Amino acid sequence: MTLPRKPGLGFKPEHFPAIAETKPNLGFFEIHAENYMGAGGMPHAMLQRLREDYAVSIHGVGLSIGGPDPLDRDHLARLKTLCDRYEPESFSEHLAWASHGGVWMHDLLPLPYTQETLAIVCDHIDELQDHLGRRMLLENPATYVLFDNSDIPETEFLTEISRRTGCGLLLDVNNVFVSCVNHRQDPRAYLDAFPLAKINEIHLAGHEEEELPSGPLLIDSHGREVAEPVWALYGEIVSKIGPLPSLIEWDNDVPAFAVLMAEAERARSILEGQSHALAS
Amino acid sequence: MLSHRDFARSFRDAINGGAAPENATARQPGETERRFDVYRNNVAHGLSRALARHYPVIERLLGDECFKGVARLFIDRHPPQTPLLIAWGEEFAAFLAEIETFQSLIYLPDVARIEWARSRAYHSSDAQPVPPQKLQAIAQEAGEDLQLFLHPSVQVLQMLTPAGSIWVSQQPGGPPAPTAAQWAPETVLIARKGLDDVITQAVPAPIGRFISALAYGRTVAEAQASTGEGFELNAAFLLLVKNALIIGADKKGGDTT
Repeated sequence: MTLPRKPGLGFKPEHFPAIAETKPNLGFFEIHAENYMGAGGMPHAMLQRLREDYAVSIHGVGLSIGGPDPLDRDHLARLKTLCDRYEPESFSEHLAWASHGGVWMHDLLPLPYTQETLAIVCDHIDELQDHLGRRMLLENPATYVLFDNSDIPETEFLTEISRRTGCGLLLDVNNVFVSCVNHRQDPRAYLDAFPLAKINEIHLAGHEEEELPSGPLLIDSHGREVAEPVWALYGEIVSKIGPLPSLIEWDNDVPAFAVLMAEAERARSILEGQSHALAS
Repeated sequence: MLSHRDFARSFRDAINGGAAPENATARQPGETERRFDVYRNNVAHGLSRALARHYPVIERLLGDECFKGVARLFIDRHPPQTPLLIAWGEEFAAFLAEIETFQSLIYLPDVARIEWARSRAYHSSDAQPVPPQKLQAIAQEAGEDLQLFLHPSVQVLQMLTPAGSIWVSQQPGGPPAPTAAQWAPETVLIARKGLDDVITQAVPAPIGRFISALAYGRTVAEAQASTGEGFELNAAFLLLVKNALIIGADKKGGDTT
């Protein structure tokens, strides 16, 4: 069971009527797991309906895989319930942490890349995969600071996690661009070092730009169109490894459904352009 | 060397206003604090928006800026102890009641209680209503021992302020808020009709007491005895049936239907 190698969209409840009426040509919808952990009502009714027509990706944002605390048992159980109920084609989470000492900050916080954190993350992923009885995908983060005790490059850290746990990777191209610009690195060098064969899904999203004395600071805002340099990187990746399930994320200042579909169509033209190129 | 646990603690302190963790850096180390602000802002903004999703009328009544300030204080005092934002924020009404500046806005905590009850109702589990004919048949058979089971979303709030009318007045196209002359305590029924219609309706106090008693497992006859003066059984039934809130009925001690 895998996601189709087509464009998908992050599901927003306000778009449900448009989706139910027009049955848009999309490979899948992705939902944030934590928004579907109520007992009943409209969220589950909509998801049930979506599930009938589309492949579904469940994307967790609250497990704190990169945190020092043990994984929250109740939350693991809720994720299992959700995955058992909807049998999604994919489950993914983040290389990030969100909670400490029982308090959740509800943001995807960065971690130093060390042997200590590598062991923690791998233990957490092993536990999660065992608990869910399925393989998960881990997403690369967008970051704004570095840590002077990080002694493993992010690409190597992800490679090693995937090797030790067997998890797949979710490549967020916008996060690559945001992090690399923020840390004055070359995104193409990052992608050259990325274990491309492990990628099972791609994320595309928009970012905001601020100005620091040393140059731009990009913020992963999910509140606008995908930026041109990110589309360019996406095209290069697809041309290297072929079509992959590709999600447009737009979580803030959510526009009309047609605006999201236009972004999905752009992803489709790149994916299909590549299928044709590979076929010919 | 900073352990991961110490790192996480110092990171959390930094989010709450302390200096960035000692191992945090940047290509230009002088910019570290400015960059770390992105995390401080993301956490504050994210939680403030999550609170506003539970309390849109409080946000409208206070205005954006004031709400943000209050949210900041609330987050400080009651940070989420759950990964579920849909389950965080229940203490907001009690928190508002303690704020000195709002002592004259005595309806504010009651409006917040209504909004929290609405969030709970929105996410509560699903249950099908008993068809009216079937209900009638069970009622006839059970007589004095009729027991009704209500939709899990049903909540009755008894308040000293007309917070229900104030909440309604803040909805698009809603009637004006009650004037001083119309000021009176209110009992408000909050429940979900079907999948997404969360009703918020002021009801006569005796009907509120009746519904609360049913929810406690009293029989219809027992509940009726506890309502006090002015109770109209037909009006109460109509309210519950019309909103599809009776999901089971039986003779007390019998099999649930």
